Amino acid sequence: MNYLITVGYKSGVPDARGMSTAKRIREHLGIPVERVQTRNLYTIEAELSLSEVELGARELFVDPIIQEYSINESLDSEEFDYSVIVSFKPGVTDNVGKTAGVALGGLLGRNLKDREGVFTAVQYLLSGVTLNDSERIAHDLLSNELIENRVIQERRSCRKNGPKIPCSGIRINKVEKHLRVEEINLEVGDEELKAISMERTLALNLKEMKAIRDYFRKSEVLNERKRFGLGPNPTDVELEALAQTWSEHCHHKIFNGIIYYIDEFENRKTIRSLFKTYIKRVTEEINSPWLLSAFTDNAGVIRFNKRLSLVYKVETHNSPSALDPYGGAMTGIVGVNRDPFGTGLGARLIANVWGYCLGNPLMKNEVPPGLLHPRRIRDGIHRGVIEGGNQSGIPYMRGWELFEERFMGKPLVFCGTLGEMPPEISGRDTHRKQVVPGDIVVMVGGRVGKDGIHGATFSSEELHSSSPAQAVQIGDPITQKKMTDMLLEARNSLLYRALTDNGAGGLSSSVGEMADLSGGCEIELSLVPLKYQGLDPWEILVSEAQERMTLAVDPERLKSYMDLSEKRRVESTALGSFTGSGKFHIRYGKKTVAYLDLDFLHRGDPAYELEAKYIKKHFDEPEIEIQDHTEILLDLLKSLNICSLEEKSRQYDHEVQGRSVIKPFVGRYCDVPSDAGIMLAGYGSLEGIILTEGVNPFYSDIDTYWMAASVVDQALRRVVSTGGDPGYIAGLDNFCWPNVVKEEMPERSHKLAQLVRANEGLYDYCRAYRIPLISGKDSMSNDSTLTDPPISVPPTLLVSVIGRIHDINLAVTLDVKSPGDLVYMLGETHEELGGSEFYRLYGKKRRNKPYIGNQVPRVHARRAAILYRALHRAINKGLIRSSHTPTLGGAGAALAKKAFAGGYGLDVDLKRFPGSAASDHSLLYSESNSRFIVTVSPQKKEEFEKAVSGIPSAQIGRVRQDETLKIRGLSGRVIIEEQIIRLKEAWKETLRGI
Amino acid sequence: MKKPEALIITGNGLNCEHETAYAFELGGALPVLVHITDLLSGEKRLSDYQILAFIGGFSNGDHLGAGTVQANRFKHKLCDDLELFIQKRKPVIGICNGFQTMVKMGILPGKKNTWTQTATIMTNDSGIYEDRWVYLRLIQDSPCIWTKGIERLFLPVRHGEGKFYTGDPELIPRLFTSGQVVVQYADDQYQAPAMSYPLNPNGSLEGIAGICDESGTIFGIMPHPEAYLFPHNHPLWTQDSALGRDLPPEGRGVLIFRNAAAYVKESLE
Repeated sequence: MNYLITVGYKSGVPDARGMSTAKRIREHLGIPVERVQTRNLYTIEAELSLSEVELGARELFVDPIIQEYSINESLDSEEFDYSVIVSFKPGVTDNVGKTAGVALGGLLGRNLKDREGVFTAVQYLLSGVTLNDSERIAHDLLSNELIENRVIQERRSCRKNGPKIPCSGIRINKVEKHLRVEEINLEVGDEELKAISMERTLALNLKEMKAIRDYFRKSEVLNERKRFGLGPNPTDVELEALAQTWSEHCHHKIFNGIIYYIDEFENRKTIRSLFKTYIKRVTEEINSPWLLSAFTDNAGVIRFNKRLSLVYKVETHNSPSALDPYGGAMTGIVGVNRDPFGTGLGARLIANVWGYCLGNPLMKNEVPPGLLHPRRIRDGIHRGVIEGGNQSGIPYMRGWELFEERFMGKPLVFCGTLGEMPPEISGRDTHRKQVVPGDIVVMVGGRVGKDGIHGATFSSEELHSSSPAQAVQIGDPITQKKMTDMLLEARNSLLYRALTDNGAGGLSSSVGEMADLSGGCEIELSLVPLKYQGLDPWEILVSEAQERMTLAVDPERLKSYMDLSEKRRVESTALGSFTGSGKFHIRYGKKTVAYLDLDFLHRGDPAYELEAKYIKKHFDEPEIEIQDHTEILLDLLKSLNICSLEEKSRQYDHEVQGRSVIKPFVGRYCDVPSDAGIMLAGYGSLEGIILTEGVNPFYSDIDTYWMAASVVDQALRRVVSTGGDPGYIAGLDNFCWPNVVKEEMPERSHKLAQLVRANEGLYDYCRAYRIPLISGKDSMSNDSTLTDPPISVPPTLLVSVIGRIHDINLAVTLDVKSPGDLVYMLGETHEELGGSEFYRLYGKKRRNKPYIGNQVPRVHARRAAILYRALHRAINKGLIRSSHTPTLGGAGAALAKKAFAGGYGLDVDLKRFPGSAASDHSLLYSESNSRFIVTVSPQKKEEFEKAVSGIPSAQIGRVRQDETLKIRGLSGRVIIEEQIIRLKEAWKETLRGI
Repeated sequence: MKKPEALIITGNGLNCEHETAYAFELGGALPVLVHITDLLSGEKRLSDYQILAFIGGFSNGDHLGAGTVQANRFKHKLCDDLELFIQKRKPVIGICNGFQTMVKMGILPGKKNTWTQTATIMTNDSGIYEDRWVYLRLIQDSPCIWTKGIERLFLPVRHGEGKFYTGDPELIPRLFTSGQVVVQYADDQYQAPAMSYPLNPNGSLEGIAGICDESGTIFGIMPHPEAYLFPHNHPLWTQDSALGRDLPPEGRGVLIFRNAAAYVKESLE
């Protein structure tokens, strides 16, 4: 029997969701809707009596103080014109429905059966719109057709026939299929091999297809397969397992490939693995004594102090976020949670970070077909990461956004998670992962469905019109939280030996990777608990259904583990065991469906061979003429890449767990972003953990070498600016690049050369600053071919760092503290406006097109390192009252922020700036690296100047008593004079309420 | 003297257990974390503890409204145990999700011996979740044992559903008369109650941020006292330290928990 419960607000009770929807309809779509009311609809498909359903409605679905409900008929309502009902497509995760089903079962004293369930939908009642408007609202704002169905009804029909629910989630339960394992003949021509890879979304190239074919020709392979009833052709299960394991996503084929590089002077060199040559090597050469695990596990591990190890990972989730921003981004954050969680023995999660590179959310132009408006992408991504992070109880420490038109094709969604663990538990090192033959393979957490099938191979492709909808998932943070709570209990009693995440590639990857530690595995797929029937074995193996971990459990502890899991109502299933057979052995029932050599699975893929040719580019250089510097500064503060992002950022919890010391927003009014975040290393500890980052894709157009150098420097100097020790910093690299493999992509070999140069920059500067890299990720297909020509993202490298402050009392924020304090510039300002925010702004003002220029900021690491140590000593002596390191917008934007963060004006004289910059606009807006603007109490003047003697520094002004920012140019004339409240207003207005 | 034991219920999406436990520790109680499944199974019993905390987080994801499913579970499975706990005048606190849960159970504002919901905590007027520090004035003419001697607090709110609301026009005047309105959002001088955004972050009627029951032992509050245990949690601490001012020895959120521990020691033993 089916029931439909409609829940709405009683009259007179404000409907905040309705009001905010109306606001978005007016602002985003320009449709002057009068009013929007919303309802929650619950479809109950279960053998229940009407009175049982009524009990459920009263007790669970309705807040009796503010809501009313009806069952199977429409709820009387006030006037409206059209109703839009949005529900999930079959198979899409419905978290609320799931909770409702469990709660209903609990209330009625019987759990819902397999075929029963509760499914949710939302009804929007629109007033003052036409049918046409309603269709636009439904399509452009309320639903995403990839994952949701929608029905639009006129009021009369809605009244008469009741709300019509689009096909709900249960239907998929009724599909029954017989188990099917296909064998695929690879003894075919090249074109057919390519076609097989394409049709099955395997993302394997011809060379790889041939390697697989050749493996299956070997007589020893054939003989062994025969023993298990397998023929000469690979099964679909085997082919899929190979494709997942060999995917760019899992195997980093570009970073591990052979690159023939030609630079702009025609010098040639061959790079055998960028990863080994630059990234891994720099870490090995620095060889920091506090490094515990780098590049071997799901996340990097460092020793923070005797009691604490830190585990850190930053991931990207770009492709899914382009298709379904909300679900994709939520999966991004809850997915990266499982990386530190699945490292070593498992870490408790203590901080999240996020950062997005997006198209212009204020864009007025038509969006190319197939792409979503950048504003909608942005709203969805934020909502996904906000809900995912908040519901997991993990505070965020860092958040940032950058905007550029080229990110419209593919948004970059960076999400990271920091975990902590004691260095050992009952004598076992927590950072080591161990699996021994005989350990039981246990899958724990959510069930398996068709969600996320081909995520790993799909993310290794550009976005095209047939991108699979199944690749999109919606995370379920509560199921995950229940699982991680239980697993931490299990960890503390050592109930399991090892664990890993089920992410890209699903069981195929998680079991496959752990099997590499013991030397083999044998599992039984028919034991895997499913969300619904009808999955083929290969689908069960590679499904990326979320919120799952795979464990290796000592058979002697299996019972204790299972008891705990059951007690906490978390589903765990033993699927087989780890072996020492050297084989990846998968059965379904009695039948073997995959039997591969582990070594071939993990190391059988042929290396990519790619050519890279660097083309030195020259860009227009503007003639700068500025009448009014105040106007320029105001415009810069308004620009998307500098303006306040507080509206969205405030919606992320940054206080849970109670350890925040330097929050994401600082200053007298708690509204200016800090240089770095600091949290307590533990309750009652004086030590602080610092997180921050460097990122600047704008320099990449000119030279990715200096882009990489700049982002390393930026991350480091932000740590130092906040009080961190420049001698204790670990880094993570995240590369997001356009496709460098496909011949048809424009400038493919140049983009690959840019990648080589970025790696050289990363290596050189991490080496110079002694920053080991402990983990990283590359996302190598950030293009959209929905447009012609394709839109490719600018090459982007994010360097995220962990730092340390030995006494949090020494931490420094950027806001000026007291009138009369002296303002110093540390470091040199040069004519380095290439890639600057100022050039982009100036170009847009002058010729409606940004300038790029050519003089990209460089880094002089040796000199900078001396400066960083000097500043660090000065901070440790308590000589610094505020410190801020300029980035986008240069000294101009930095001075304005320091002033309005503290609530006092400044007197500044550009003439006194150290360095070679020789014009007012360069001094103000050049983004030269390795600089700090600090304030010092007049009483500490001599001591401070002694501390920084020998490094380029100068007193450039003073903090004023009043609220005016006053800057003198080289001529001695005042070129900027403005009230800080007006500067702040300009900085806040662009994304206010957005 | 033996420290009172504070039961902190965890699990199913709750997430403030660590800082709440530390808050009780600093306040002089002995915190014990107990997973909700251990209460439901009877393995652990409410009656063994002297203080009970419903903590913050997202119980069951807040999927059917904040605290709804948790409240339902308590009401149907642990009603008698909780009733007894309350009758013995043992202190109970609900913070954020815990406050929402207690209101939905009906034990706050609470009518004698009934489990009937009389008010609610609903979606913020802004429609969004926010994390922001707010000024709070505390009313001393109240039976509330948790807030004795605390006149003002500066604490973070972290919620999307924090608006205290009732359709009964007589309820709120009655709560004021009985001293049950204990905490109100206020201006930055902690004087007048704040009625409008952003000082009142959610549109709560009369700026209500926390209430107690008639006896004063049951207390619910939306902002998070357990998020201000250390002086460095205060968002403006670097302004004081940069100017050479001494920081307080502890965060003022601790006071709430110390009051409960002191009450148990003085009144229940």
